[in-house]
Amino acid sequence: MKIANKEISAESLVREALEKVKKYADYNIFTFVNEEGALKKAKQIDAAISRGEKVGRLAGVPYALKDIFLSREGDTTASAHILEGCASPVTATAVEKLEAEGAIMIGRTNLDAFAHGSSTENSYFGPTLNAYDKERVAGGSSGGSAVAVALNIVEFATGTDTGGSIRQPASFNGVYGFKPTYGTISRYGVVAMASSLDCIGFFTRTPEDMDLLMSIASGQDPKDMTTLPDYYNLSTGSNAAASPIDANPPARTIGIVKDFDNDAVDINIRNALKEKCELLKSKGYEIVELEMPVLRYALATYYIIQPAEVASNLSRYDGVRYGFRSEKSGGLNELYENTRNEGFMPENKRRIMIGNFVLSSGFYDAYFLKAAKARTLIIKEYEKAFQKCDFILTPVSPNPAFKLGEKVNDPVAMYLEDLMSVSLNLAGVPGLAIPAGFAPDGRALGLQLVGPRRSDKALIEFSKELR
Amino acid sequence: MKYIPTIGIECHVQLSTKTKLFSEVDNDARGKEPNSCVSPVCYALPGMLPRLNGKAIRYAIRAGKAMNCEINASSRFDRKHYFYPDSPKGYQITQFYHPIIGAGYVELPSGTRVRIHHAHLEGDAGKLTHFDTYSLVDLNRVDTPLIEIVSEPDIHSAKDAHDYCKELWRLMRYAGVTYGDLYNGNMRFDINTSLAPEGADALGTRTEVKNLNSFRSVERAVEYEIKRQTKLLEAGEKVLQQTLGWNDAAGVTTGQRSKEEAKDYRYMPEPDLPPIRLSAEFIAEELADFPLMPNDYRERFGGTIAADVLEVLLDYPELMCKLGEIDEANVVLVSNLFSSVLLAEEKSAEYLNDLPSAADLNQLAEMNARKELSSTATKEVFMKLFDPQMKGRGTEQIAKELGLIQENDLSALAAIVDVVLAKPETKKAQDDFRAGEEKVIGFLVGQVMKESHGKANPSAVQEILRKKLS
Repeated sequence: MKIANKEISAESLVREALEKVKKYADYNIFTFVNEEGALKKAKQIDAAISRGEKVGRLAGVPYALKDIFLSREGDTTASAHILEGCASPVTATAVEKLEAEGAIMIGRTNLDAFAHGSSTENSYFGPTLNAYDKERVAGGSSGGSAVAVALNIVEFATGTDTGGSIRQPASFNGVYGFKPTYGTISRYGVVAMASSLDCIGFFTRTPEDMDLLMSIASGQDPKDMTTLPDYYNLSTGSNAAASPIDANPPARTIGIVKDFDNDAVDINIRNALKEKCELLKSKGYEIVELEMPVLRYALATYYIIQPAEVASNLSRYDGVRYGFRSEKSGGLNELYENTRNEGFMPENKRRIMIGNFVLSSGFYDAYFLKAAKARTLIIKEYEKAFQKCDFILTPVSPNPAFKLGEKVNDPVAMYLEDLMSVSLNLAGVPGLAIPAGFAPDGRALGLQLVGPRRSDKALIEFSKELR
Repeated sequence: MKYIPTIGIECHVQLSTKTKLFSEVDNDARGKEPNSCVSPVCYALPGMLPRLNGKAIRYAIRAGKAMNCEINASSRFDRKHYFYPDSPKGYQITQFYHPIIGAGYVELPSGTRVRIHHAHLEGDAGKLTHFDTYSLVDLNRVDTPLIEIVSEPDIHSAKDAHDYCKELWRLMRYAGVTYGDLYNGNMRFDINTSLAPEGADALGTRTEVKNLNSFRSVERAVEYEIKRQTKLLEAGEKVLQQTLGWNDAAGVTTGQRSKEEAKDYRYMPEPDLPPIRLSAEFIAEELADFPLMPNDYRERFGGTIAADVLEVLLDYPELMCKLGEIDEANVVLVSNLFSSVLLAEEKSAEYLNDLPSAADLNQLAEMNARKELSSTATKEVFMKLFDPQMKGRGTEQIAKELGLIQENDLSALAAIVDVVLAKPETKKAQDDFRAGEEKVIGFLVGQVMKESHGKANPSAVQEILRKKLS
């Protein structure tokens, strides 16, 4: 609005953002800085405004793009060696929608290669540092995007969330991070991690910004057959749960998951959760304890389905048509082996191996099929829970940001980061990470609001109650 | 010992949809540069998602109906993984667990029924061309929609294998789902052959000969495999379970790989495509204009058209469809014109798409029946019906313009005969005939024909001559 009202020019906003990019260079947030393109667009927008033309709802707003979205601005690397130098001829639907409203991409942000990870340490370009403590991780996989918003370099950033990759880094850096209902935002043009779990979402500093971005980016896309029919902008926005289109009464009952309140969870996070519950009670909400025993199987289920889809989706990176190709590529098998061996990070390879194992004949029924059944139980568990409450409030992860290098050599410890976040992706329900103050040592704390499918708008609206 | 061969056949049919199965790019790469019919979905750019072509679903419904198959109300896609440069995604999108077409059967001309196990939709792979030190990849064929038809092992002879493949080819073309161009690989056959001693319960070890693209090669490959396997078994040796290729020039099957090293395709449900759900109404609507199939025509024309002519004509759905519009009384003549005149033409394939109207053909047959056109004249007028300069004018007009209509008026003919008989140069012939020399009648008929400028009906002329000379 300030830009459209000529209080401030798009160009000055973009220049300010580009300066901050330089100032915070040591955080290793960006894999590509769009200096030329961003300035050019800012000037076009300023010129359009001075001519009195109508401009989009995001005109001149600087944003950061997780380097996993395809667009014609900068190569899309997914922070992976194997995609180095991969210029895209197409633009992701989500990016197209943002740009059509006048948003200006300042840079592409760092991530765990192919979004495999919970710390951004698996990036080919090295880790991104936490916004509040440079010795700690940014979280992941969308670490760069979270830190770019937390350090106020940009107004918002895009992310992808397959098992917590938006919500966990949002909570590690004290910003809002939203994973919508599966199928709300088109995945077209976003490098796939695990197709049945991947969700596109955003990092913002306010729920209001989140709502605006969702109203712009959501919607059915013929290019992504898994997108849901438009619903977000048809929602009333009252914090009513079950069916947002119906004029249901506002949310009154908030559930907390009994299983998540134990000694394995950091005391600061448990306290933050208690505080928020007290706040809600004081506002007249009822807090109910939920038994959701099936969620105990969520992590195991996730680490079967996700690697299976990962292994499948990564099959296309073979050095034949684009991206990196090994120097050692005499014969066909040699080309495949060396390109994939040199081009993938160790975590990528780990998931390819797990995925191919659970899909191999003789193991499919015991692993993949069983996991698919467990997934159905998890979906039902959430359906049951939402008969007892309107929304659920839980931790995002068992702990706040950990030290760089603390978990890199312990994959299972790293996977446990996803304990409370992955069940949402398996069930396809929306989850919003909200800031929840700071630990005494200055680390950001976050909590997660969970709603039924398609309650996205109401969920974001409700989060204002917890500010 | 006598061995009974058992054969099952898998057939890949390329569908003639305008665009590919999973993206909106040209599906017809005939005569086009390599890698010119390729979308980012085809070459597997990161972030690309398959978009299902609804037309391919409709074609699958039609193909299923042609084979008397169940159309499944719910079906789904799966990924079949393997690494090879003809597969840019690293997997083929196919239907492994829940195919769209269920069980059915195909009836051969001999009456033998071959049951269909199922048929599924899938995307085709690209094509590699190998050179000394390198290979080239052409992705034009990637994601061309295919239906893979899997038969039950109901075939027991090379002849039936041939007939089954040919009948499938006919069915798919009658249903209008493929160009059916075998030379260009629109239909490809894999044959599974095994031998078991007569009376045995269990089937023998089978071999699979892949990628046959003609009915003749199917027949020869089956014959060859039966002979080869018989020889092995009679020598007390074992048949190896193998995938084989067919060398058409040498007439032998060649080892490709043994099944022991069979690949593990790691099938997985395709998460990028929701399940296909078809309502009974949708299926019925798609089949509302379903055309007649070869067996319908066999039933209809079996008593009218000679069996061998009918089997030839059945290769051409356009001709059968036209015959269906012809009046019952004219079917024999028109079918003969189709089989012995039209199909003998060099350019017959071009003519098939633009056949004369049923009205013109009916009129032609009727003029022939009324003896207004001789059989030679009938053929001549028939071919003129394809001539772009003439075809619009109608049968009768064309016949008139060409002066081909025969004089059948007996009194007019008698007058001409009288003129000829009055000529002195025919005197000797008349005498000879009266003296019993039969063959001079031909000379006299010829003279009358000449006098009538060829329009007289020769048999009527002969009749009049005989009367007058008796």
